[in-house]
Amino acid sequence: MKRMTAVLMALIMAWVAQGCSSTGTGKTADSAAATGHAYGRAADEGPEVGRYGGRSSRGAGVPGTRDLNDPSSPLSRRVIYFDYDSFDVMPDYVSVVTAHAGYLAAHPSRAVTLEGHADERGSSEYNIALGEQRARAVAKLMTLQGVSDDQIQIVSYGEEKPAAGGHDEASWQQNRRVEIHYAGE
Amino acid sequence: MSVFPHSALLIRAALLLWLLSGFRSASAELVGEIKKGVLGAIPIAVVPFGGAQQSAENIAEIIARDLERTGRFRPLPASEMLDQPTLPNQVRLQSWQVLGQEYLLIGRTQPAGGSQFVAEFSLFDVVRGSSLLDFRIPFGAREQRRTAHRIADMVYQKILGEAAGLAAPVAFVTMTGRLPKDRRYALQVADAEGLEPETILSSKEPIMSPAWSPDGKRIAYVSFENKTSAIFVQTLADGSRVKVADNRGINGAPAWSPDGRQLALTLSKDGDPDVYLLEIASRSLRRLTDHRGIDTEPHWSPDGRSIVFTSNRGGRPQLYLVSAAGGEAQRLTFQGDYNARGVFSPDGASIAMVHGVGGSYRIALLDLASRSVRVISSGPLDESPGFSPDGKRVLFSARNAGVAQLIAVPINGGPPEILKVVGSEVRQPAWSPKD
Repeated sequence: MKRMTAVLMALIMAWVAQGCSSTGTGKTADSAAATGHAYGRAADEGPEVGRYGGRSSRGAGVPGTRDLNDPSSPLSRRVIYFDYDSFDVMPDYVSVVTAHAGYLAAHPSRAVTLEGHADERGSSEYNIALGEQRARAVAKLMTLQGVSDDQIQIVSYGEEKPAAGGHDEASWQQNRRVEIHYAGE
Repeated sequence: MSVFPHSALLIRAALLLWLLSGFRSASAELVGEIKKGVLGAIPIAVVPFGGAQQSAENIAEIIARDLERTGRFRPLPASEMLDQPTLPNQVRLQSWQVLGQEYLLIGRTQPAGGSQFVAEFSLFDVVRGSSLLDFRIPFGAREQRRTAHRIADMVYQKILGEAAGLAAPVAFVTMTGRLPKDRRYALQVADAEGLEPETILSSKEPIMSPAWSPDGKRIAYVSFENKTSAIFVQTLADGSRVKVADNRGINGAPAWSPDGRQLALTLSKDGDPDVYLLEIASRSLRRLTDHRGIDTEPHWSPDGRSIVFTSNRGGRPQLYLVSAAGGEAQRLTFQGDYNARGVFSPDGASIAMVHGVGGSYRIALLDLASRSVRVISSGPLDESPGFSPDGKRVLFSARNAGVAQLIAVPINGGPPEILKVVGSEVRQPAWSPKD
């Protein structure tokens, strides 16, 4: 229940933030419109960032590029873990997703691939679907916070690329994950 | 005089098989079934072939094992044979009648120039005293095992009048390299014992879900070679391949229609994963399911009219059935908290699936008439079930004490067979429906 509330809170926050940032830009599939959106974003990048930072309740501004790999920055955390057969982003990881979303919203030229994974239990193609649902759940949190669809690629490897090679819960925990990969890194 | 010691031996053999098989449930039933299988089996003598052998074991050993595995034949051990003829004019039928044999197979392999060989063999009806089959099969130096399976298949078909598909190959995916950066995936095709593998695709990225075309000439599979999933159809004879699906998102779980003209597959290009039908020649695509949540792992009924698939629309993954023409899906499975990857038996009467109860994943058969579920494997991490061409065995991947294995289990009882695939990681088996 606590978890649900935390996720809901984050979603509401994100939705409010998105409502502000996308006012007047309008989202269409048309490529010209998408380009315009990007230009507009570049112009008012500062204020947008400020609005987001103000709402994050951590008081921290959105980190710059150098923070991507700073071990003390939440951006250095690139893996979101999940419960068995679940694609709910757990409260512990909402802040990680939020940090990356903030960075991406502030840097529209940056793009990420969200790699969904599952543990080895059950059926391999079902696990591909499960991995994708996990990556989509992360992507949804990000887009609600103003990240453009064009900045996010999704791929699911299911149980095909385990991070840990064991066959027990300790390994499975590490394998139920979404990895955030920045393009060009 | 020989009846009692003989049955005692059989019972002991059956008990041994039961102990080796590792099955703990329904044990009494299983022993009964094994005994029945052995007692009802036809006695046949497969005499060691003459001539130089092109494989580690005599071609006759491979043939005898193939026949024994079907449960329909009981080959005579070579040590009990009174003589070992290799030519038809050396055969004295009385010496086989004395041993209670009903059929006799003899033969020899000979060089046929260059790296070519020829297997010549003769099948006799010992009881009637007649010759049933005289045949020659030319083969290459590395094809002796395949030739043995073809001979076993011909013998089975001649005596029982039905096809067993003993020469049908098996495809599977192997993974080598412990560290992620060293990993290599290979799609291999081997004989039904997992031997003489040939790699038909090798990649640094995952390969998944091989599916044989109904004529056994092509394989559809998923490859991540471009860092995103795509479905390819590869022709085995010449290695040529075409990409048939590379949409945004998932391109997965290909399954051939019985006429070989369509693929059912999973795409997520329009949102959640759903099942689509792709006409291969025209590339026209039709959406079959449209539901929130996951719909995947389609498989066609043998009559081509319906498709079974996995969906979590009820909360947990369960099997559903939908008409190939579309419409409402009907839930098929209600036992267990996880049922996935359903595949129809060749006769369409049952579905093999991954059946999860309390964190253990085993292979089970769902009888479509009675809707009863029967577990046929021991778990705990079994997946990817598929039927043998004759529908009498189910092949699946398993993990026992961390070791990946492919296991073929007879659905009506009998010892499971572990395929002899060489290499550490082997998964995703698919048994060809044809030779």
